[in-house]
Amino acid sequence: MNNILNVSPSPHQQGAETTRKLMFGVVIALAPALAASIYFFGTGAIIVTLVSVLACVATEYLIQKFILKTKPSVSDGSAVVTGLLLAFNVPSNLPVYIIIIGAIVSIGVAKMTFGGLGNNPFNPALVGRVFLLISFPVQMTSWPVPTGFKTGYLDAVTGATPLGIMSEGIKNGETVAALMEKVPSHMQLFYGYMGGSMGEIAALALILGGLYMIYRKIITWHIPVTILLTVAIFTGILWVIDPTKYADPLFHLLTGGIMLGAIFMATDYVTSPMTAKGMVIYGIGIGVITVLIRTWGAYPEGVSFAILIMNAFVPLLNMYIKPKRFGKEVKHG
Amino acid sequence: MSSTVLFTIAMLSALGLLAAVILYFVAQKFKVVEDPRIDTVNEALPGANCGGCGYTGCRAFAETLVKSESFEGLNCPVGGADTMARIAVILDRQPVAVEPRVAVVRCNGSPDHATRTSFYDGAVSCRVAHALYGGQTACQYGCLGCGDCVEACKFDAMYMDPVTQLPVIIDDKCVACGACVKACPRNIIELRKRNKKDRKIYVSCVNRDKGGPARKACQVACIGCGKCVKVCPYEAITMENNLAFIDSFKCKLCRKCVTECPTGAILEIGFPVKEAKPAEPADAAVN
Amino acid sequence: MLKTFPKGGIHPPENKLTADRPIVILPVPAQVTVPVSQHIGAPAVPVVEKGTAVKTGQVLAQAKGFVSANIHSPVSGKVNKIDTVVDTTGYKQTAVIIDVEGDEWLETIDRTDSLAKDIVMTREQIIERCQQCGLVGMGGATFPTHIKLTVPAGKKCDMLIINGVECEPYLTSDHRLMLEKGAEVLTGVSIIMKALGVDRAVIGIEANKPDAIINLTEVAKVFRGITVQPLKVKYPQGGEKQLIKACTGREVPSGGLPLDVGVVVQNVGTSFAVYEAVQKNKPLFERVVTVTGRSVKSPGNFLVRIGTPVTVLIEAAGGMPDDTGKIVNGGPMMGKALAMTDVPVTKGTSGIILFPSDVSKRAEVLPCIRCGKCSSACAMGLEPWLISVLAQKGMYEKAEKERITDCMECGACAYTCPAKRPLLDYIRLGKATVIRMVRERITK
Repeated sequence: MNNILNVSPSPHQQGAETTRKLMFGVVIALAPALAASIYFFGTGAIIVTLVSVLACVATEYLIQKFILKTKPSVSDGSAVVTGLLLAFNVPSNLPVYIIIIGAIVSIGVAKMTFGGLGNNPFNPALVGRVFLLISFPVQMTSWPVPTGFKTGYLDAVTGATPLGIMSEGIKNGETVAALMEKVPSHMQLFYGYMGGSMGEIAALALILGGLYMIYRKIITWHIPVTILLTVAIFTGILWVIDPTKYADPLFHLLTGGIMLGAIFMATDYVTSPMTAKGMVIYGIGIGVITVLIRTWGAYPEGVSFAILIMNAFVPLLNMYIKPKRFGKEVKHG
Repeated sequence: MSSTVLFTIAMLSALGLLAAVILYFVAQKFKVVEDPRIDTVNEALPGANCGGCGYTGCRAFAETLVKSESFEGLNCPVGGADTMARIAVILDRQPVAVEPRVAVVRCNGSPDHATRTSFYDGAVSCRVAHALYGGQTACQYGCLGCGDCVEACKFDAMYMDPVTQLPVIIDDKCVACGACVKACPRNIIELRKRNKKDRKIYVSCVNRDKGGPARKACQVACIGCGKCVKVCPYEAITMENNLAFIDSFKCKLCRKCVTECPTGAILEIGFPVKEAKPAEPADAAVN
Repeated sequence: MLKTFPKGGIHPPENKLTADRPIVILPVPAQVTVPVSQHIGAPAVPVVEKGTAVKTGQVLAQAKGFVSANIHSPVSGKVNKIDTVVDTTGYKQTAVIIDVEGDEWLETIDRTDSLAKDIVMTREQIIERCQQCGLVGMGGATFPTHIKLTVPAGKKCDMLIINGVECEPYLTSDHRLMLEKGAEVLTGVSIIMKALGVDRAVIGIEANKPDAIINLTEVAKVFRGITVQPLKVKYPQGGEKQLIKACTGREVPSGGLPLDVGVVVQNVGTSFAVYEAVQKNKPLFERVVTVTGRSVKSPGNFLVRIGTPVTVLIEAAGGMPDDTGKIVNGGPMMGKALAMTDVPVTKGTSGIILFPSDVSKRAEVLPCIRCGKCSSACAMGLEPWLISVLAQKGMYEKAEKERITDCMECGACAYTCPAKRPLLDYIRLGKATVIRMVRERITK
């Protein structure tokens, strides 16, 4: 017998799913939203996305190769996903140097300092986004209006987002009904005719991506459905109590980053719970905190902060919520 | 200064004072009465918390030292004789002389010597491989090369040689804490007496098969022929289960066994190179 | 209506390449190597020595104690020597090596082919015969059958479940047995029912064996108390806890046995061996082994004598394919990889799978991405990502609390992991250490 045989413990077969396939599955799921953002925001969207992805991949590669001196693992696709999600969280007219800083914070601080893939407690793209929001508040809150593909990059015309209009208006004492005249219709919001960050605008595209991920078994329904349901119920209760002061639930679901957050950000494997029950509690927490910030907080949008706060609770959720064991425990005599 | 500032300073100072008073009384009430010598002894210890003394960290060892009557059986291998002498002064006891030791890997089954008969592809852990099967060679006692020992060493005293696929111990750094000995699932590593110039003579084999299968598996295996036992003038070598063992505390490093061994299983380390003999014993034993 | 177990499970490709290959009886080889330990419990003690002439079916080694089994000669000839050889444990164990001469069986064995349907023995006689004939569980666990059939005082058994699931990919020996020896199998089931004192038995068969389901359902009509339960195809449906749950809804408690819920589980192959032992006085010395693999020229199911070298089996299947990279004794999920083909077939060898080299190496290990798929796949409700790390770091007390001892080592977690982490390698290690730890604690 010439062959030297391979010997390993069982199992001797491995499933077809790999980390890289999962990551690129997410990239495919983001494709409709990317297409929508390019359609609405034009060249700005393309530039921001490209710079973000390249910067994230480069940061990870350089840190791994020259600081940690280990084999670079960028081919697993996780840096690409972080780059895309970071791009989706910023306005399409964000200058290049700010994007790069965001990428360095996302990958370098939020991911690599904790030990790389699998070890970060907080969603890297969201940490990058929040850092940029606090450090560059002006650039991070000037949202281009969607004027179609002809929209330039740094010279894009900016305006307030529907959520911004609504929350500012309510603080100024205007009624919801009056404000609803100033914002796009629900249908327009669904398709994406609204100002906002690159990824959050097209609810339809995001939902399509979410359905694809559920079909591919990349994510389960628990987190997105729970978050959206919680937001809908909480805002629904408020709206029923006083429709002049609180916008309707559908408006809340279709504006701001809640769709993007619920479907793509909160479902990040590393920073979300491992059990279904844990995911539901996580989702409820995010929903509640989002609505609290939107309604009574200083910022018009609260999803990023809500997710980051719940990220901190995930280790606790994983520790105390265990899957249903098979068989009762029998105490040894 | 405005009244706000004065008021703030007064408030904070009062709070600070109140906290200090509370803390003082709480500290007094819940004070743990401890022999103050435990702290002093703990300072004298290296603080590596490696467990080489057999206790769960330096402080536990310090407590044991303070409570015990004599130093019999108590030794810090990392600090060595100096540290034990210093502690003896602190506790006003007699230090007990302990021979310094060093870890030695007793296997020479590199790919040159032991042909690879299979390829191990499982988790890179000796304990996993050991639980699975005999190993990548026909010798089911030899080193598996996955490096559990290297990982266990907290003193950077070990590394895996990529060519021989065997672990290498850096004598200068080894403190004989015993972590690698515990990590090896096959008891291949042994703490042996440390000699001058780090000289060593040892049987680099733990194969307990009979001579035929042992030699077939590895060219430098101990075949249990017993020639070394006969030639040793100090009765330092014993034979058990087809395997020779040299007691490092009885061995006087005369090297008679090294020349006598037909397979080259006994290694001499740290000695000046001998002149080449006309007929190498290893070649003569091939047939 | 297809039943199944509620939690976990995976769907590896079935690859039942030999499902329609009838059982082929292999001739006796020139030499056999019979290990004295082919079962759970103490190794048997040889009662022959170099030069002893033996007949097929003669006792070679006596069981040592109650938790042990007799070893019988699968051939007639002369004992060449008693030596240590590498067997499926991966280490050298004592074995009796026999040079084969002819094929003379003990006169006490009934070699007729006719179906012996009447069960004349009493309960105790049946169990004693099983012990004498060295019967062990043929599903791969090799637990001595006479112990399983002895219901200890204080425990009750109201039902027998027969494991005809064969959930491992590639393996088809049980499938063929159910098709070709259905009546014998069911007679064996009836014998076991009598030994246990129960009046009902359920045979669980996965739905990917429709012909076996139809055949056994038909044959069962003339037997009392035996029903066939088709089951959804899902790995590890053949695990006894999952099988009991699917067929009866009862959950065996953690650390407990099927008897704790009133059930005894036996494999289809064991039932057939019981038939042969009780009705034909034939000890266990041969079994059906599936030899298969993508590149194998003529894969098939072979009735082979224990002790036959695996090389002979591979030759019978058309020889070793050139691209062979890994050979597994058993199924791909729980079987043991062989370092060489010189090992003998034993009572627990259900199959030999030859994997081509492109699927023989494990993929590169990446960091855990905390996707939780391993936990979703675990049929015991464990968290493999957690207990694997605990075992790796030596945190055994915590691992015990996380129920690491519940793990049945089915491999579904490691199969599912997208990062290709060697989860089961460490869990297995941790499990062994925790079991030892618990045992020491109890005996103190």
